[in-house]
Amino acid sequence: MTTNGNGTNGNEHEKGEELLAEGQAMLDAGVEGITGNVSGSGPSPESEPGSVVAGEVAPPPAKLTKADFVSGQEVRWCPGCGDYAILNNVQKVMPELGIPREKIVFVSGIGCSSRFPYYMNTYGFHSIHGRAPAVATGIKASNPDLSVWVITGDGDALSIGGNHFIHAIRRNLDLNYILFNNRIYGLTKGQYSPTSEFGKNTKSTPMGVIDYPLNPLSVAIASEATFVARSIDIDVKHLGTMVEAAARHKGVSFVEVYQNCNIFNDHAFDHFAERTVRSERVLYLEHGKPMVFGKERDKGIRMNGAHPEVVKLGENGITEDDLLVHDIYLADPSVAFMLARMEYREGTDFPQPVGIFRAVERATYEDLMAGQIAASIAKQGAGSLEKLINSGDTWVVE
Amino acid sequence: MSTVIEPPVEQAPKNLEELEAVTIRFAGDSGDGMQLTGTQFTNTSAVLGNDISTLPDFPAEIRAPAGSLPGVSGFQLNFSSQDIRTPGDQPNVLVAMNPAALKVNLSDLEDGGTLIINSDEFTKENLKKAAYETNPLEDGSLKGYRVHKLPITTLNMRALKDQVQMSRKEMDRSKNFFALGVLYWLYDRPMDATLHWIRTKFAKKPEIAKANEIVLKTGYNFADTTEVFTTHYTVKKAAIAPGKYRKITGNEATAIGFIAASELSGRPLFYGSYPITPASDILHELSRHKNFGVKTFQAEDEIAAVCAAIGASFAGHIGLTGTSGPGVALKQEAIGLAVMAELPLVIINVQRGGPSTGLPTKTEQADLFQAVWGRNGECPAIVIAPSTPGDCFHMAVEAVRLAFKYMTPVFYLSDGYLANGAEPWRVPQIEDLPEIKVEFVSDPENFMPYGRDEETLARPYALPGTPGLEHRIGGIEKQHLTGNVNYDPENHHFMVKLRQEKIDRAANDIPPVEIFGEQTGKVLVLGWGSTYGSITSAVEKLQREGKSVSSAHLRHLNPFPKNLGEVLSGFETVIVPEMNLGQLSTMIRARYLVDAVAFSKVKGRPFQIREIVQKVEEYL
Repeated sequence: MTTNGNGTNGNEHEKGEELLAEGQAMLDAGVEGITGNVSGSGPSPESEPGSVVAGEVAPPPAKLTKADFVSGQEVRWCPGCGDYAILNNVQKVMPELGIPREKIVFVSGIGCSSRFPYYMNTYGFHSIHGRAPAVATGIKASNPDLSVWVITGDGDALSIGGNHFIHAIRRNLDLNYILFNNRIYGLTKGQYSPTSEFGKNTKSTPMGVIDYPLNPLSVAIASEATFVARSIDIDVKHLGTMVEAAARHKGVSFVEVYQNCNIFNDHAFDHFAERTVRSERVLYLEHGKPMVFGKERDKGIRMNGAHPEVVKLGENGITEDDLLVHDIYLADPSVAFMLARMEYREGTDFPQPVGIFRAVERATYEDLMAGQIAASIAKQGAGSLEKLINSGDTWVVE
Repeated sequence: MSTVIEPPVEQAPKNLEELEAVTIRFAGDSGDGMQLTGTQFTNTSAVLGNDISTLPDFPAEIRAPAGSLPGVSGFQLNFSSQDIRTPGDQPNVLVAMNPAALKVNLSDLEDGGTLIINSDEFTKENLKKAAYETNPLEDGSLKGYRVHKLPITTLNMRALKDQVQMSRKEMDRSKNFFALGVLYWLYDRPMDATLHWIRTKFAKKPEIAKANEIVLKTGYNFADTTEVFTTHYTVKKAAIAPGKYRKITGNEATAIGFIAASELSGRPLFYGSYPITPASDILHELSRHKNFGVKTFQAEDEIAAVCAAIGASFAGHIGLTGTSGPGVALKQEAIGLAVMAELPLVIINVQRGGPSTGLPTKTEQADLFQAVWGRNGECPAIVIAPSTPGDCFHMAVEAVRLAFKYMTPVFYLSDGYLANGAEPWRVPQIEDLPEIKVEFVSDPENFMPYGRDEETLARPYALPGTPGLEHRIGGIEKQHLTGNVNYDPENHHFMVKLRQEKIDRAANDIPPVEIFGEQTGKVLVLGWGSTYGSITSAVEKLQREGKSVSSAHLRHLNPFPKNLGEVLSGFETVIVPEMNLGQLSTMIRARYLVDAVAFSKVKGRPFQIREIVQKVEEYL
């Protein structure tokens, strides 16, 4: 029987030192992309970090600006991508929220939109395909003090991550969940997504898509979302308002943003979102206001039995009093669901609704979880390891 | 068959014989309460001071058709006045509550063993369900055994008639307590512990409590006063190391071990899990201990469970996820993310028979490769395995210690046999438990998200919420030190080696593997995980016979203990018994160029002592 003694396990420490020296040499040689920050001034890598308890924090800077939220990373979306507008908007809204930068975490999955966290100068976690809501759940449940954002796309959220989408929403964690819907797979270069239109020709469907698309807001509402909104990448002001409202809502806040992919699905939303037609074809939902739309603000939504219809103000004596008044606080989600299903299509009168569809209150998962822990401590006393390991029937052997 | 044996008028004094060890198997329909009966006998024997070891064996179906062969549920228990490590190779006593239970278990009973049979259930219909052509109670096929035919169903009914307000069906459910009463008398056990349990358990259902109590006592008195048994037996207290003991199963020890790790590290425990056999009991147990700040999250699927645990780790909790093999298969991509993000994470795998759904309620050790090599890319993680139910506690603490120290995922490989098996566990002194140090960085000066500790190569742990340390992590390759996204070929090559080296260095931090027996010799039996009991008992037996055999048991499987190569080199033959087709032996052969012999058994059942003895004898 032969063995080679210590095997390959022999000289760990020496081997490790060589390895680190190699890393240093690599840095000294100037590996592409390594910033000046690590230009290799010392002989060894980072020394042991100081051991300080987290939570001993300095006060946050007095006033943050948009620039404080811009990370040093070069943004690598295609020129002209709708993602730039969304990034710009989120960075602009952040200082308004008054949350210190270190308490913000952006979590994403995989896809073009999921590169988002790299560009925010906050904590960030670029996770794996579809799983951002699950990672965010662990973060928020562990530290409810953090402002946790989920950035996802239509493929990431609704295809590979469909299960997490439903369940993170129904649990009502206080997450801000922004879905960039461009109705296409961009990062993998142009396959159809779960929101692509029926019949669409894409790289993977040269004869047309034969599965029916799903509507993200319908799914969110059906999953008991407490806050549901929609906006459009190029409608900058409206988008900013929606992002801010989402951030201020306690509980899960779901925002769908129509986002143009100018490479693989250009003009996807032009039929209603393009500047020249937008006011005619988009319905801006506003709480407490009748549903009026149109360039001349002369059209509205009225209920006819169980169905909505488009009516013309002034015709047949119709006034704003006849119109449906938007109420985001309705406990019953039926109207929100109906509005989520409404869409602008050639040949019909209906507009494409954007705005806040629904905003209701419900206890959050993390609060309920903390509440059970507090109740358990109140009832049984704080856990004692001594007691725990000695519980059950015990006996002593002399 | 339904004749009731009436107590004799005059009672002859009965013999009491002393035995060193007894192995009993309780077997019945899965609705007959055999697991409960076995557990009660175990608890009583443990508190009495016997050494114990158990093997529950139940079907995956909750209630397979009554009386059918697949519906048979068994519970084997070995209790002894000596130090024992296994539930016994062969039962000395088989309690069979119906024909199917007899059919499934009879071949395991030792020759001349004792059979206690509920004769009432040997009806034509039940015999047919068990595929008996003739009645084994009448055709002479049991003549090699000591058979006690008791009309348990009738006796149970008779004991309860006019005593409790219950339907016949409800009354019938107590019959396992009648059998337990008989066994308590037969092995000279007090009824107190079970009576106490009945009163507590059914405090809100007094009729059920009353029925069970009556029947337990009736069974005991029946055995005592009738002439069915002329002798009963006693098994003295075991001579085991002094200390305070409790009975514990592997899953219980796992759960409280992770709570202990939370207390020792000062970090709250977050357990993300999706129900799966045989790991669910860990979720149940942990969810009962919220007063330790434990957060249990029953996720929508296995992937969400591990991802949430990773999120919890990122936020500074102990990120723990638990499952069985099929669940690990689903989690692997996320575990790769934790390797790349270099976050602490512990993955419990209570292994069961595979592949695919496999044998959900049976034990196996075939997920070692999955843990060591089962992810895309070069994706090293630490792998450890407890060796006994009680060891689950200590290895849980070890898993958390290593995960934090090396900022890495750690696999904790238990199995169905450890999870459900029970043994007496010497309660540790808290001051003897290891310290678990967790250090968070807070100084923004020179902070590098992928900087390295010189000794361990761990990266700094910077929690969201810490000002000035805002950084982004993720699954894309990281630039050395900065942690920025980086596609440079040299950097990737370097980082791949660095992640491997970090795991290799954990070998500096784990105890050397110990040799049981001589340091050199003819045969070394090398094991890991739940085979510890059978291997050690077999080797001990051979050593008593003067054979040149030693054993060594690995609790750390990746990296291996540093002295393993040297240990292996001291023996002519290395035999590796595993409940797989030779996974550890393949690793040993590859790593140390040792011609290790794989000894495989993949039957959903643990090794018997004699199987290992026989195998070793081939090489002596």
